[in-house]
Amino acid sequence: MPHPTIPLEGAQFLKAETVGLAEPRGFKALGESAERSAKHTAEIAATIPHWQEWREAANQIKSYAIANLDKLLVEFERNVTARGATVLWAADAHEANQYILDLVKEHNVKTIVKSKSMVSEEMELNHALEAVGARPVETDLGEYLVQLARQRPTHIVTPALHLSAADVGRLFQDKLKEPFSAEHQHLTNVARRHLREDFIIADMGISGCNFAMADTGTICVVENEGNAGLSTSAPPIHVVLMGVEKVIPGIQYLPVFLNLLGRSGTGQKLTTYTHLFHGPPPGRKMVVILLDNGRTNVLKDPAARMALFCIRCGACLNACPVYRRTGGWAYGWVYPGPIGAVLTPHLIGLDKAGKLPFASSLCGACGEACPVRIDIPHQLVHMRHRAVNEPSPMNSPMERLTWAVWAWWFSGPKRYRLAMAMVKLGIRMAKILPWHPGKLGAWTRGRELPRVPGGPAFRDWWRRNGAQMKPTSQTEPITHP
Amino acid sequence: MTGPQHHSPPHWDYPQYEPGEPVALFIPCYIDQFYPRVAEATARLLIDQGVPVVYPEEQTCCGQPAFNSGYWEESRRVIRHFCDVFAGYRYIVCPSGSCTAMCRVFFAHVDPDERIVGVGRRVFELTEFLVEILGVADTGATFPHKVTMHSGCHGRRELGLLEQPLKLLKNVRGIEYRELPNIEECCGFGGTFSVKMPGTSLAMGQTKAANILKSGADVVCSVDISCLMHVHGILQRDPAMKHIRAMHIAEVLAAKGNGQ
Repeated sequence: MPHPTIPLEGAQFLKAETVGLAEPRGFKALGESAERSAKHTAEIAATIPHWQEWREAANQIKSYAIANLDKLLVEFERNVTARGATVLWAADAHEANQYILDLVKEHNVKTIVKSKSMVSEEMELNHALEAVGARPVETDLGEYLVQLARQRPTHIVTPALHLSAADVGRLFQDKLKEPFSAEHQHLTNVARRHLREDFIIADMGISGCNFAMADTGTICVVENEGNAGLSTSAPPIHVVLMGVEKVIPGIQYLPVFLNLLGRSGTGQKLTTYTHLFHGPPPGRKMVVILLDNGRTNVLKDPAARMALFCIRCGACLNACPVYRRTGGWAYGWVYPGPIGAVLTPHLIGLDKAGKLPFASSLCGACGEACPVRIDIPHQLVHMRHRAVNEPSPMNSPMERLTWAVWAWWFSGPKRYRLAMAMVKLGIRMAKILPWHPGKLGAWTRGRELPRVPGGPAFRDWWRRNGAQMKPTSQTEPITHP
Repeated sequence: MTGPQHHSPPHWDYPQYEPGEPVALFIPCYIDQFYPRVAEATARLLIDQGVPVVYPEEQTCCGQPAFNSGYWEESRRVIRHFCDVFAGYRYIVCPSGSCTAMCRVFFAHVDPDERIVGVGRRVFELTEFLVEILGVADTGATFPHKVTMHSGCHGRRELGLLEQPLKLLKNVRGIEYRELPNIEECCGFGGTFSVKMPGTSLAMGQTKAANILKSGADVVCSVDISCLMHVHGILQRDPAMKHIRAMHIAEVLAAKGNGQ
């Protein structure tokens, strides 16, 4: 079960071969849980008559915020600084890690309790901390399990979605020397007992940020377990990791997002806890790190701007039939699922992640599920277009030539006729051959080829019979050649 | 005509059809060549409603395969040919939700030229045209079989097609309509997705096949025969599912109970 951090190039979706590409993993539990969540959240949404209006409002607020990031971030900085917090701007993960390592050194930090933060996954922060001898402890239960197992999260909201209770029991037996149990309450108690000690001794707490309000300089963190509350209040230093896209103009816009996030993420009306931080308590230190790490790449592509609206609810992952079958690791980086397939190429470059936008059947379930109405399926085709035109593993002169030839064959009826005759001949021959190469083999691996009809194509049939077609009386059978 | 923005449930303002106005058939390439009976049934359904049908012979393809693969420049060449061929028609009817979505929604992505977008917006899926524009509720068909319906994703999510085909189907005489469990889930075809990610595509298709079997239907129909080409290919491989026939909804809606 232990699965080391997957280097990006090892991800299933990024492998070169066609055959065997993106085999579904044996994550039956993950698929079933994700499907259950998707159904549950859809049911919850259906109980809100103005759900579509909420989505639209959230979309417009985000649209405004992303268009005015420069002003809003400065406003946020001014207001949160006025309340005693320190704001640090990090262009990339390395810089952000360096800020934290400096704090660790300055304050002689040994143990760090972390509440859930996907930004910290982007930064590989735990590795950076461990490298200098500090001990980061994930306190979100799912993250805790994934950290114990030395794995990456498979889901952005429920990181240990791929682990069964029995898996967790074995993990605790192996790493914590606890007697085996597969009983949920017992396992939770074990984790709580171990974590409590770390909350008490921690020198620093790190949290993410769900929303940052520019007008009040407030940081909002939502959670269900109480661990974020402890991580941010028990230690003397609270570090907030925040992607620059998290800022919204004002606190009056928060409720609509809280309503959408809880329902879309876990099917809750509200998360159990909603923390609003207005700066450090007296005698404490609060540091807010604003991280870009590729986000401004999105701003350079006006057609892609919506990709920054994401509030990390995970609804598109749960809704995605591809994600349900492959799990999160197949996507190779921090953000899996449809939003990951859109966002990752922006954040780390099409040269590394250009194949991800192709990891979709374009069914659109993600766009339907997205609470802030990101047009994910259309973003996927947009990124495909970019991937074949810019430096990326999908930029292939051979494939370009193939499509150019296709376009020539299909832009004139005579050439079309010939091309289709060859396709039909090819399929007839393939039915005789015992083995099929390449993409044809990919088709016949689990499916029969379509039957090639003996009669004429419709266009030929129409030429002979079209003009004679008259309305039939209700009883006359339809005729066929 | 206004279209959906950002995946809200699509809503279209349909034009008013004047009796006697000609309707151009757009028959997607795979239907033209592999399922000509679907195209005949489509023509038959329209002609039976008294609609004059024309079939522009120069037509080829909507450009979707290249578009979905990212090759928009190549797709644009085919789209322009499409628009040259269909420029003169106010109504273009197509027996495919997916190809209709390509024309109506995605032409604008590839080529924002007003002429191109305008032609794309005049393409209607067959059952959509019958129900929304002609106001048909019953095509007068008889089809005494257990039938379930697969709802193609492009048709449903890009165009908002679901109630229209179901309405027509449920009014067919003798039909025993069977609900398809998890009707909203993709069958895994996805055009080139089926060969680019064959493992995942197959796994999705097998789930769909299992749900079709669960429905208890002997016939699975859809507004998209391309999905069914994939699903039927899977059904045929399984002895327990081999008996299930795949048909385009047009064939069911044009059936006269002669057991076809």
